[in-house]
Amino acid sequence: MRAPGTRLWAIQRLTAAFLGVAVVVHLVTIMLAIRGGLSAAEILERTRGANWWFAFYAAFALCAGLHGAIGLRNIAGEWLGLRGRGVDALWLGIGLLTAAFGIRAAWGLYHA
Amino acid sequence: MPDRRHPTYIAFVIHRVSGLLLALFLPLHFWALGQAITGEAALEGFLRWTDGAIFKFAEWGLVVLLALHLAGGLRVLALEFLGWRARQKDMVAASAGIAIAAAILFLLNVD
Amino acid sequence: MADLKVRIWRGEAAGGAQGGYWADYALPARENQTILDVVTQIQREQQPDLAYRFACRVGMCGSCAMEVNGRARWTCRTHVKRVAAPGETLEIRPLANFPVIRDLATDMTPFFDKWTRARGQFQPKDSPDGGVPDEFSVVPPASKMRQQADAGIECIGCGVCYASCDIVAWNPDYLGPAAMNRAWTLVNDVRDGGKQERLDAVSGDAGCHSCHSTQTCTERCPKNLDPSSAIAGLKRTIFWDTLLGRR
Repeated sequence: MRAPGTRLWAIQRLTAAFLGVAVVVHLVTIMLAIRGGLSAAEILERTRGANWWFAFYAAFALCAGLHGAIGLRNIAGEWLGLRGRGVDALWLGIGLLTAAFGIRAAWGLYHA
Repeated sequence: MPDRRHPTYIAFVIHRVSGLLLALFLPLHFWALGQAITGEAALEGFLRWTDGAIFKFAEWGLVVLLALHLAGGLRVLALEFLGWRARQKDMVAASAGIAIAAAILFLLNVD
Repeated sequence: MADLKVRIWRGEAAGGAQGGYWADYALPARENQTILDVVTQIQREQQPDLAYRFACRVGMCGSCAMEVNGRARWTCRTHVKRVAAPGETLEIRPLANFPVIRDLATDMTPFFDKWTRARGQFQPKDSPDGGVPDEFSVVPPASKMRQQADAGIECIGCGVCYASCDIVAWNPDYLGPAAMNRAWTLVNDVRDGGKQERLDAVSGDAGCHSCHSTQTCTERCPKNLDPSSAIAGLKRTIFWDTLLGRR
């Protein structure tokens, strides 16, 4: 029998493992992109039609959305006393919505 | 007031607060990048809007938060999955170092 | 001789945390005295109705635990010098996260209830007919499991870790470090037959998955035990056992 907390902890840690790598890649990309100022042309040159970058950012968005939502759930439960199945469903919804927003953005960069 | 000044507690607070701020920022980030859907010009317009000093400072802050959250997270994963117990305090110090390195690298690269 | 200034929290169960008040006392400062010495002196000579607990006075039973200047500690093993510089006031409160009975005496019931909920009791493995097993369990002392169990079995249930844990304060159902430390020692005991139920009991939001590794428990344990590692061990065991279909 697995309590919701167990499953959410596992998702939190599994997404964390992916994000551990993704964030390092992201930070390096940021450091390189800010040189000479940010420009849409420079960003899109990298992402336009690039299958791997799209896949990477889509996965990144999914993991970040879920990871963040579970973290917020913990904070809300512990510091605001917001708990229960309804609240969990709300956070899951927020996580997936955020992820969807991110995947949409990744698609935009792929398709621009 | 309870005494909470030991390193791993401070690391927990930093991890939680950085995570909270990043989680609140994330939808904004996705919205901004989603401008690309309307085309390169829309994205470019948005990026020019963020050229000002205050935005660069905010970007710097976010990079620091991200580095802090990453480093602290790796420390927690090391404890939970690898059982790396002995060097937890060293890892807290290393996390701070990583964040400082990221902060400096950003400042060196930003134009 | 300079006076030692002491503030002691006083209050009733009915009043709750808000109904309490600080009572101020002064007594001669001695070169060598423990917090327990101080509280005892105050109760004997100044405040006969002050309620507090102690037993062995020599750091073996854990009964005298209180919060001193913000930290939960054994008062019989804490020299005044270590917590208060000369001239500094001592602030003594009952242990946090426990219901107060009166003044410095707290109700340990919830603490031990959670111990039970975490299945912190040994469950002997039965032989097929329900009797005592014929074979002795072979437990190599140097085996990893036995070492992990040995690292936590000295716990005497003093409650300092539980009083120091913020998750206990924020989450009323959270089992707490001591109960889970005990569960971990039993998970590592090859003679124990209750592993599955125990791992179920310590899973989830009330169990190990709510620990955020602040490690205050390990910082404060007067016996230098490591509930943090025990809880991390429970997380690992549950994760891999679930993934590999052993649960």
